[in-house]
Amino acid sequence: MITAENITKSYGSGASENKVLKGISVSIDDGDYVVILGASGSGKSTFLNVVSGLERADSGSVKYDGVDITKLSDKELTKFRRDKIGFIFQQYYLLPNMTVEKNVRMGADLSDNDNYKEIIEAVGLGDKLKSYPSELSGGEQQRVSVARALAKRPEILFLDEPTGALDEETGRQVLDYISKLHRELGFTVIMITHNQNIAEMAKTVIKMNSGRIAEVYENPQQKTAYEIGW
Amino acid sequence: MVTIKDSLKLFGIAIVVCCAAFVCTLFLNYRIDLVNARDTISGEQAVKMYEAQLSTSTVVCCVCGLCLVLTSIVMLITYIKNHIDSRSKELGILKALGYSNLSIAKHYYIFGLSVFAGALLGCIGGELYMDKFYQVQNKDGYFSFESEFHIGVPALMIALSTIAFMLLSVWFAYRRVKKPVMTLLREQSGAKMRHSKKDRSPLPFLKELKRDTVKGRYSLIFFVAFSSFCFSAMVQMSMSMKTLASETMGIMILTIGLILAFMMLLLALSAVVKGSAKTAAMMRIFGYDDSDTSRAILSGYRPIAWIGFAVGTLYQFVLLKIMVEVVFKDLEDVPDYSFDFKGLCITLPVFFIAYEVIMKIYSQRIKKLTIKSVMLED
Repeated sequence: MITAENITKSYGSGASENKVLKGISVSIDDGDYVVILGASGSGKSTFLNVVSGLERADSGSVKYDGVDITKLSDKELTKFRRDKIGFIFQQYYLLPNMTVEKNVRMGADLSDNDNYKEIIEAVGLGDKLKSYPSELSGGEQQRVSVARALAKRPEILFLDEPTGALDEETGRQVLDYISKLHRELGFTVIMITHNQNIAEMAKTVIKMNSGRIAEVYENPQQKTAYEIGW
Repeated sequence: MVTIKDSLKLFGIAIVVCCAAFVCTLFLNYRIDLVNARDTISGEQAVKMYEAQLSTSTVVCCVCGLCLVLTSIVMLITYIKNHIDSRSKELGILKALGYSNLSIAKHYYIFGLSVFAGALLGCIGGELYMDKFYQVQNKDGYFSFESEFHIGVPALMIALSTIAFMLLSVWFAYRRVKKPVMTLLREQSGAKMRHSKKDRSPLPFLKELKRDTVKGRYSLIFFVAFSSFCFSAMVQMSMSMKTLASETMGIMILTIGLILAFMMLLLALSAVVKGSAKTAAMMRIFGYDDSDTSRAILSGYRPIAWIGFAVGTLYQFVLLKIMVEVVFKDLEDVPDYSFDFKGLCITLPVFFIAYEVIMKIYSQRIKKLTIKSVMLED
């Protein structure tokens, strides 16, 4: 269970201070599929960074099963991310000088996962083990990023606009892989997007606006990646 | 696109060129005066000393000048390459807008200014130190000539080297920007990716990263090896100079050696850290320890540094042996030379400590890379 209470976060100071998060409180159940929906500038990326421990909140708490990660030291926070968290970014951030296999191994080694090749197979890249990121399409690179994140067996997977740089077909493919693996492995998914259609895939939707939560609701029925509009 | 501020970042090249110009000004000037004074030199010992010093001056000018000029060229090319790689998108956009390769590349002449600054300082330093240098060279009183100013020496050092490096900068930049627009727009910096012929399973990630940080980065390998080489050779040589030549000569060699060694090492490690910033950020996001990250990125260069140290030790021994037993062999009162184990025993731990302290400083720099700042670069 993830519990965020009254989180605030600002950038800059004095006259140029920009309050990005203005007291956000929310709870997320284990194994949930959550989409944080909001327009550009709504604070959703900052919220994701704070909840995942990439950035520190100015005030408030973020508790994972009762443990407040805002109180952890840098070293403890690193261990927390190593043990619990997986990340997928819009820009993939693969290591350009390493092959698909080596990129995925970056995640796998953190959890001593020797079966990382199964995940590469699961995202449909079994024949691209020795390829470099520059030799892959955008969709394939994002699937490597998915495999890398999941190879470390995270309890929570954070996705920052994972289809933002992809066309419709590859975007649907990537989302389909993520949903399939979520069902099989049972990790929690927290995905941010500005695309209302993608929110229909989630169980829980958190709508953000101007640094606040505007609405939290559950979809009566989760749609698949091929059922949603684009 | 390329500004004077960019040129200022090449202070490393300026310092190397300054050292080269300083040494070459001294020895070239001395060589010219020595040749001009040939007719005034008489006596068996004086002639032998003349010939030995003539050879020494020629060798020092050629070896030191050539080594340092080559080092400067490698540094300049590396810097221009990094400069262009880090701005490949900008350059791609300029080309897409219709700028020609030459109109982009010609701005890189500014990098030659660092050579101008270094050469100017080196020549001024050399001229100021000239009288003292002549006294040291002629401490036994064999020669009666005094130093004269030869305009050709600073002209060669300053004008020629500046023009040559400006042309080199433009030519190399032209070669780099000649690529198609789309290649520049998509360019990713770093070593070229080559598929291994062997179908081996990858090593654990940290070991792979350690290998990949070194693999294909020839200029950085050269800098690390050369810096250790300079440290080892010149520190040990300076210790032997006290008995073989003079304390002043020893201090001169020591100073130049230390400047070169640290300049190269700092340049190389800065490039390594800069080039690995995104990797380090990703590793931290995924939960790798700071120490694991720093070790994987920096420790691959340690064996190269020690190889450089070993070669430097051997080089200085062979060079001094040749000087004593071949060049100065006919002179009286030339002390025997054998390998200076005491010097090695001092240099070795000093090198170890200095290298590890610098590594520690750069580890801290890696730790200070914020995830957000690295991500925002995209």
